[in-house]
Amino acid sequence: MYVAVKGGEKAIDAAHALFARERRGDPAVPELDLAQIAQQLGRAVDRVMIEGSIYDPELAALAIKQAMGDLVEAIFLLRAYRTTLPRLAVSLPVETDHGLVRRRISAVFKDVPGGQVLGSTFDYTHRLLDFALAAGTKLPEESATAEPIGAAPRVADILGRDGLIEPPPTGDATPGDLTRQPIEFPADRDLRLQNLARGDEGWLLALGYSTQRGYARNHPFAGEIRIVDVAVEIVPEELGFPVEIGEITLSECDMINQFAGSETAAPAFTRGYGLVFGQAERKAMAMALVDRALRARELGEPITAAAQDEEFVLSHSDNVEASGFTQHLKLPHHVDFQSELDLLRRLRAEHDGKIGSAAE
Amino acid sequence: MTETLAGYNFAYLDEQTKRMIRRAILKAVAIPGYQVPFGSREMPLPYGWGTGGIQVTASIIGRSDVLKVIDQGADDTTNAISIRRFFARTAGVATTERTAEATIIQTRHRIPETPLQAGQIMVYQVPIPEPLRWLEPRETETRTMHALSEYGAMHVRFYEDIAHYGRIATTYDYPVIVNDRYLMRPSPIPKFDNPKLDMSPALQLFGAGREKRIYAVPPFTKVKSLDFHDHPFAVESWDEACSLCGSTESFLDEVLTDDRGGRMFVCSDTDYCRTRRDGEAA
Repeated sequence: MYVAVKGGEKAIDAAHALFARERRGDPAVPELDLAQIAQQLGRAVDRVMIEGSIYDPELAALAIKQAMGDLVEAIFLLRAYRTTLPRLAVSLPVETDHGLVRRRISAVFKDVPGGQVLGSTFDYTHRLLDFALAAGTKLPEESATAEPIGAAPRVADILGRDGLIEPPPTGDATPGDLTRQPIEFPADRDLRLQNLARGDEGWLLALGYSTQRGYARNHPFAGEIRIVDVAVEIVPEELGFPVEIGEITLSECDMINQFAGSETAAPAFTRGYGLVFGQAERKAMAMALVDRALRARELGEPITAAAQDEEFVLSHSDNVEASGFTQHLKLPHHVDFQSELDLLRRLRAEHDGKIGSAAE
Repeated sequence: MTETLAGYNFAYLDEQTKRMIRRAILKAVAIPGYQVPFGSREMPLPYGWGTGGIQVTASIIGRSDVLKVIDQGADDTTNAISIRRFFARTAGVATTERTAEATIIQTRHRIPETPLQAGQIMVYQVPIPEPLRWLEPRETETRTMHALSEYGAMHVRFYEDIAHYGRIATTYDYPVIVNDRYLMRPSPIPKFDNPKLDMSPALQLFGAGREKRIYAVPPFTKVKSLDFHDHPFAVESWDEACSLCGSTESFLDEVLTDDRGGRMFVCSDTDYCRTRRDGEAA
């Protein structure tokens, strides 16, 4: 005798208990603490903060631990927490021209005022598995520290002085916020950039890469990549002057792209821009490539490739949405499936009937 | 009443967000079938798992409400349990499996067999709100098509179905015209449930979290399933009766009982089936 499946509630509890045990692993191995994750898995923490849209290394570390290292799941945890937070203030725009430079490179000039600062990077390391690291880190004798950037004009601004590059966008309009108002198409650049900054790194990397391979090629040069610690300031209403509330690390990319011009405007380089939390220059560069591709409409370029199609790019960039909807296919669909079965059986019966009558 | 989750507002969402969602709901009720964009929030449950319905429920639920949650018609499917627990935990409200006792019924893929009453609210979880989406992927286009009531493409698709299969080949999420104006997706309910949408005494709210849309069918509103004069809308029927309660009028799930073709049919609506077996008036 068939008994309708019951006990889902118990099954859920048991599954979660099993997961908790599995996450802990062998109790003989010391448990990870959040400081270890925040300090030693910093790039993972940065990615979770960027796509989770909240700057808090400790919470990101907790999310990574809770998600067993599944970063998209950790991003989801952080986003779900973020929604519940009140908005106490809006900061002043951060100035990436000031602050401590951890890294600053330009690919378009051999040297630039302020200098090239290689900083901490995977670049130029040979990707050889370091078996010695398995036994523990031997700290090098001394390491350079971040320095105040001082007077280091932006590379794009240097080009701008001669009018060789389009001027940066101006205007004091309050930027939109797609976490409060759903995005509408066509979307302005402020919302596009917000979407890309929160967007899945893999998605942006693939789309940015596609532009380099000829799908909306726009001849990019890495004008400048900066990783910089900047102060965040707010102006409390009761004080009326800015107060520093903390410091964050940002990765910024100014991409310089092929010229645009018209009968009235002289040809000039165009810009693509990327800005993300933490040290994540691959994401910042990919974002700058996609930002530039999405400016096709504004620059009067033909829209021929996926990376230029804003509805396509922006509607599918969010990995919390994508992961949820892809995985919702795990949920029971047996009612709809029953309706499809019913239809298919009828169609097959009719088909068999037709074949039968044709043979007679 | 269970103890509610510390550190979170009643029913999880903050009051400002609830107010924003209620405004969207009011607009949706005022324009039956029209998809109202709203500032959908990230919820602690994944997108595609009912976040739109959860946000709608969270915005309308009060302490005296009695909540029922079903998935595939059943109260005991895992996601229905998870959502019911979420509200028991965050709002501490009473929950029920009885359709007749519920003031709010959140559902995925079914409308209960027990007729709804005035004062009840149905909250549907919607994966894709746009009925024209498979015909036109762009939101900019489909919004214009709605503005102009340009729904010929859907009729053409149905015509092509008839030319190809001899019948309309849509079995669930079957498009309807609401209040003689807007083409609407009823969410992926089987077309068997479509007639229940029409002139229902209950308020019917539809929430699509990932797609950030809310729409509504107010009580006693005309809801017509799209069809042709010579190919009228028809619902599924079964040769079998429910093996448990003997109903010949409910939507039946086919259950495989072995790997040699053995199968049986049971009501998808578990409350309806149990009520009938308990000998109460359904």
